Amino acid sequence: MTAALVLRAVIGAALVAYVLSGVADFGAGVWDLLARGRLAERQRAAIAHAIAPIWEANHIWLILVVVLAFTGFPVAFAVVATALHIPIAMALVGVVLRGAAFTFRAYGLQRSDLRARWGWVFAWSSVVTPICLGLVVGGMSSDAIEVEGGRVVSGYLAGWTSPFAWGVGALTLACAALLAAVYLAADLDDDAELQAAFRRRAMICEVITGACALVVALLAARDSPRLWDALLAGPWALGVHVAAFAAATTTLWALLTRRFALARVTVGLQVAAVVVGWGVASGDDLVLGAVPLYAAGVVPHVVEPVLWTLAASGVVLVPALFWLLRVFKSRRASTDEPAPEA
Amino acid sequence: MDDLLAARSQMAISLGFHILFAIAGMAMPVLMALAQWRHLATGDAAWRDLARRWAKGTAILFAVGAVSGTVLSFELGLLWPEFMRHAGPIIGMPFSLEGVAFFLEAIFLGLFLYGEGRISPRAHLLCGVAVAVSGTASAVFVTAVNAWMNEPSGFAVVDGVVTDIDPWATLRSGAFATQATHVVLGAYAAVAFVAMGIHAVALRRVPDDRMHRHAFTLALGMALVTTPLQILSGDLSAKHIAEHQPLKLAAAEGLFATTRGAPIALGGWPDAESRTMTGAIEVPLVLSVLATGDPDGEVVGLDSAPPEMWPPLGVVHLAFDVMVGCGSAMLAFVLWGAVVWFRSRVPGRPAPWAHRRLLFAAMLASPLGVIAIEAGWTVTEVGRQPWVVHGFLRTADAVTPMPNVVFTLVGFTSLFAVLGVVVVMLLRNLVRSSLPRGRR
Ligand code: HDD
Ligand code: HEM
Ligand code: HEM
Repeated sequence: MTAALVLRAVIGAALVAYVLSGVADFGAGVWDLLARGRLAERQRAAIAHAIAPIWEANHIWLILVVVLAFTGFPVAFAVVATALHIPIAMALVGVVLRGAAFTFRAYGLQRSDLRARWGWVFAWSSVVTPICLGLVVGGMSSDAIEVEGGRVVSGYLAGWTSPFAWGVGALTLACAALLAAVYLAADLDDDAELQAAFRRRAMICEVITGACALVVALLAARDSPRLWDALLAGPWALGVHVAAFAAATTTLWALLTRRFALARVTVGLQVAAVVVGWGVASGDDLVLGAVPLYAAGVVPHVVEPVLWTLAASGVVLVPALFWLLRVFKSRRASTDEPAPEA
Repeated sequence: MDDLLAARSQMAISLGFHILFAIAGMAMPVLMALAQWRHLATGDAAWRDLARRWAKGTAILFAVGAVSGTVLSFELGLLWPEFMRHAGPIIGMPFSLEGVAFFLEAIFLGLFLYGEGRISPRAHLLCGVAVAVSGTASAVFVTAVNAWMNEPSGFAVVDGVVTDIDPWATLRSGAFATQATHVVLGAYAAVAFVAMGIHAVALRRVPDDRMHRHAFTLALGMALVTTPLQILSGDLSAKHIAEHQPLKLAAAEGLFATTRGAPIALGGWPDAESRTMTGAIEVPLVLSVLATGDPDGEVVGLDSAPPEMWPPLGVVHLAFDVMVGCGSAMLAFVLWGAVVWFRSRVPGRPAPWAHRRLLFAAMLASPLGVIAIEAGWTVTEVGRQPWVVHGFLRTADAVTPMPNVVFTLVGFTSLFAVLGVVVVMLLRNLVRSSLPRGRR
């Protein structure tokens, strides 16, 4: 089972990476939507600037999660894809609209009113997509999906339509907005006014996120007793709760005292703790109570080469990524030149 | 519409859409890197402008390629959960490698777009080359999946459970080499034709624009190299499927009876009831040559299998004719282009970019490669029916049990349609912005 454990750890890490990068990008879109008043245009510009060069790459983490899941846990994967077809499809529509709209706006070469319309699509799809992703996760943990003989028998609405799943959706959205606000505040060292605006938003979000987490836990007690038990008494439960809580309070404190670099780290830890907590609470089930991950048995000699291959590719990927980030940083520091206009 | 048909249509439309951006993601970076290289070699600023402009177009197309690809990676599970249940572990390796290649492509594209002036010109050029290499690698890895679906190997089925899986099976599939070659060359040729057409339009309005001249010449050069090779590789593909998927070739050619010295059927419509082709022009012996390399070679016909194992005959035959027709027209065009180019050394003869009739023909020819690609995939995919994994899993057994697939079909189709229209508008604006005012 070691191959299976490593695989789960890697999937978990990729999921955390996706939340901290891709989902945070959705959060930036949320702030784009909420930008109002005198600072609105500057805020939008700062958001676009923060996302521009690597956004396409951020979805890679989600793809990696999917690919590793169907490689290692094909049976459970097939069940999830069947039972949660509808929310997954909804999330996909959001991913498509958002990615396309952002690019069209950035490279649009269009009249400014058309660009504004793409901005609107970008912002709204940024709000809807994380909710849908949360519905998928909530559906998996809802304890409402039933499987008999490998076939889903609970229909196509089970799980993701429960109040619990919608609570997870709201929590996902709150996390996205929180991450983005902290990142933006930390990035905007050269613009005190905007920085203050995002700092305030980040602190409000931190409170909302905490409230959402509480609500989700309470809804779990009602809708998904198995998850509730695991959250309460599972082997790692206490540690994860403490870690999340400590990270959240540190983030708030860091924001209060304007320690933005620290806030960026702790907010990441906080959200990572939530993801890991969910993973641990789900135990050996991908779909809670219905499909054990190892239903078909993980095949080590299939999973291991894939993991080794990915690890080996890091030799090229990691330096390349660092190089990109460095070049991009130096670009911001030196001038604020727009993307090369042909 | 029944759910199976809806699912098949949705898959076909998503892939048919994605492939447009996938080919751009493979071939545009090659053009872009070549233009940048010419700029560094000659110091000509027009080459640099061209490289930037192409890079910008690539960025737009890349983004749509990435989101439509993301949709596909979920659709495999959403529409074909039974396929994933059995094939997931087998296709995990190529899709992981594809992910790595894509990630590299995104990183180096970012460096190419934003890095100019911040990294050395040499490093900048190398980034362009890296985009081209990783874009092509991406396509090669996914093609391995498709090759494996056509010629599965590397596993055993015991009591309905897939075991003994070779994780490298897809890359060892017999069809991989021919298919990957044909897919990659096809993408280069098709994109070269589109680029030629676009810049031909521009040149007809502003004949003295250096950038568009360079662009046209470079694209023509790429088409000259890749088109003949593509046709050779098509011949190898045909020989390969004649041996390993004979029913696909028989359907493509409407060949009902196993025949020695088989003729090739151009046009016409196969009638499965009477087992005849109506209205086709038959050219003797050509099919045997194409399939076996020997005019007297035996070509397996549809009669080797019961009709319920036949793929839909009309679609496959029509698609094959369209692909081969486009390929022949493309070959004719590049031969003429080569003659014009060669003659332009003679003083007084126009250069290719000043040859008005060639420019006009380039405009007309520009969609041929893209049409050939859509048609070629139709041959491959529809020609594999009724199987999703040849000989092991039927499409009808792989489909999702979910009812009302037609709703997602309509949803995604409209989404792709809107995106398609917008991309075309944007690219038109990109081209127009290069023309002086008044001539747009
Ligand atoms: C520019 C594009 C283009 C052109 C000019 C051609 N093809 Fe093609 N063809 C493709 C683009 C393509 C493709 C879209 O890339 C396919 C689909 C799957 C594949 O492997 O390549 C394909 C598939 C494909 C197949 C099926 C392979 C399989 O199922 O494994 C055959 C037999 C041929 N082609 C043969 C030809 C011949 C004899 C051509 C001569 C004119 C030709 N193609 C021109
Ligand atoms: C690696 C690449 C590809 C994979 C893994 C793949 C996979 C699939 C799968 C799983 C199906 C559904 C099952 C079936 O009908 O056989 C399908 C059908 C189809 N695909 Fe592909 N495909 C690939 C490339 C393409 C491309 C690029 C195109 C089009 C341009 C395409 C066109 C179609 C069509 C037309 C069908 C419907 C066939 C029918 O049901 O009659 N495919 N493909
Ligand atoms: C079932 C079939 C397919 C799936 C599931 C698929 C999946 C994907 C995904 C997920 C991406 C986004 C990059 C990423 O995040 O990893 C992508 C991009 C890409 N795909 Fe596909 N793909 C399929 C078919 C094809 C085919 C048939 C080709 C080419 C022959 C192709 C070539 C590419 C290329 C070149 C890119 C890079 C994006 C770009 O440059 O625009 N894909 N694909």
